[in-house]
Amino acid sequence: MEHTSILERVLRGIAITAVVLFFIFPIFWILLMSFQTNETILRNPPSMAFVPTLSNYVALLTGRLETAAGTLDISFMQNLKNSVILSVSSVAVALLLGVPAAYAFARHKFRGSEDIAFTLLSFRFAPPLLVVLPLALYFQDVGLADTYIGLIWVYQLICLPLILWIVRGYFEDIPADVEYAYRIAGHSWFATFRKIALPLAGPGIAAAGLLAFIFAWNNFVFALVLGSADKQPVTVGALAFVTASGIQFGQIAAAIVLSIAPTLALAIYAQRYLVEGLSLGAVKG
Amino acid sequence: MAATAELDSLTRRRFRIGARALPYLLSLPALLVCIGILIPFFTAVYYSLQRYRLSQPWAREMNWGETYWQLLTDPSFWNTLQVSLSYTILTVGLQLLLGLGIALLLQKRTRLNNFVSIMLLLPLMTAPALAALMWKLMTNPNFGILSYFVSLLGFEDFRWASSPDTALLTVVLVDTWVYTPFIMILLLAGLRSLPRQPFEAAALDGVPRSFVFLRITLPMLTPYILTAALFRVLESIQQFDIVYAMTQGGPGDTLMVFQVEAYLNFFQSTNVGRSAALLLILWAITFAISNLFIKNWLRLRERTHGEA
Repeated sequence: MEHTSILERVLRGIAITAVVLFFIFPIFWILLMSFQTNETILRNPPSMAFVPTLSNYVALLTGRLETAAGTLDISFMQNLKNSVILSVSSVAVALLLGVPAAYAFARHKFRGSEDIAFTLLSFRFAPPLLVVLPLALYFQDVGLADTYIGLIWVYQLICLPLILWIVRGYFEDIPADVEYAYRIAGHSWFATFRKIALPLAGPGIAAAGLLAFIFAWNNFVFALVLGSADKQPVTVGALAFVTASGIQFGQIAAAIVLSIAPTLALAIYAQRYLVEGLSLGAVKG
Repeated sequence: MAATAELDSLTRRRFRIGARALPYLLSLPALLVCIGILIPFFTAVYYSLQRYRLSQPWAREMNWGETYWQLLTDPSFWNTLQVSLSYTILTVGLQLLLGLGIALLLQKRTRLNNFVSIMLLLPLMTAPALAALMWKLMTNPNFGILSYFVSLLGFEDFRWASSPDTALLTVVLVDTWVYTPFIMILLLAGLRSLPRQPFEAAALDGVPRSFVFLRITLPMLTPYILTAALFRVLESIQQFDIVYAMTQGGPGDTLMVFQVEAYLNFFQSTNVGRSAALLLILWAITFAISNLFIKNWLRLRERTHGEA
């Protein structure tokens, strides 16, 4: 291991640089674009020298877009707000429903528990449109079309299995003896759950919640099918915005930056939890 | 005396019944939400057995599987199947190779390696639909930086996703950008959790590194590779976001993967029956794969639990 040759270290360095360039360059480039006007974007050959401008962000924040055809109202801020409402409430609901269920699956082997657990897992693998397209017709009938409640329910399709499976793995890792000892000391089931199990599984619950938030924020297809303009999150909104704004490329880039910034910031802030959650969710449960 | 004993056993039984009901009570709300999701599933089965177009509500009737028969005799269905399979094989193959390579590159726990693996999380945390939009900007023929790079290499007028020849490869490239880090993370976690002894023994005996890789690393990593591959196959064959955001299935029908085809059938041709049948065929494929996945996953789970 220790006698790595100079050639090998150089090759490694080149490989790592190439990897970083390929995976980070697109984000970096879009960030640069978001501070440019159309004139500097359209230069040929492209150059990284330009006077940065905040005009793209100002246009998005104020919702007024100056185009060749005149002033246009855009609802990008509404899209951002929708993303926050949908993601936060979906994760909250999924935690409320999922954590107790995960505890039940981890601690009690009841009749059919494995079958039920696998059925829940298999929802994660079903084609989303298979569920969402019939719902589009149902939602029209029952008045759930284009409501936050309808969308939050559908978002459980991603959030709930994720939380169930990751949190279950964490509960299983807590030795049951700790809980028995506490119960024998005369504490109720609920006190044990609240004072012992929940704190010990805390990091796992945080990891699952963060991942669920990111998946909810990044979701595209649910709102594309079920939400109309004023309930659309940024993923759908940004796409519609491309056609609306025509050739204002700087503003498209700024919209992308604003849309991916929250999840990227979370990823950097909580990377340890996320990696743990991702590998647990895939490998262990 | 007897009365108290009887009372005692009665309360104990009541307590026990309560304890037995507890797990059901705890999981019931989550189960109800999921059962709610089974309703649209069965609705889709029902629709797929009908001639059902939103534009012709008067002609709606049961046709008991005729839709499936029409699909199977329609060349466009076979195109969809072929495009979906090519897409899956290309993306998963490319991502496995790259992911394994990068994981091996970053295997040692150095500060640089850890920093790079954190940076690699960023594409994975980007919404696939927005990633597609990013790459659309970068491949724009007028100002796209990638179009410029390619023109430096002598490919003038390279049209990326808008040319039938290169559309599939362009979208595969975007998929690879988003999802390679996922495979990398799983394999890195696997690599770093392998027992050290076999490697130390091999180093002591002066076994060549290619032999160590092929005979020790790879076999021990296989369960992780399989898990990652199956996960990605399941998602890739259902790809919607990237393809839809980038090309809406075009140009022509070069990128008509299952879910995009089903979406367009539903909203553009308003052919609900055909859309449902397409999705159920896709579901059958994914169900078969996920059974494979769950079996493999169970083995891996037993192993990690056995070691812990």
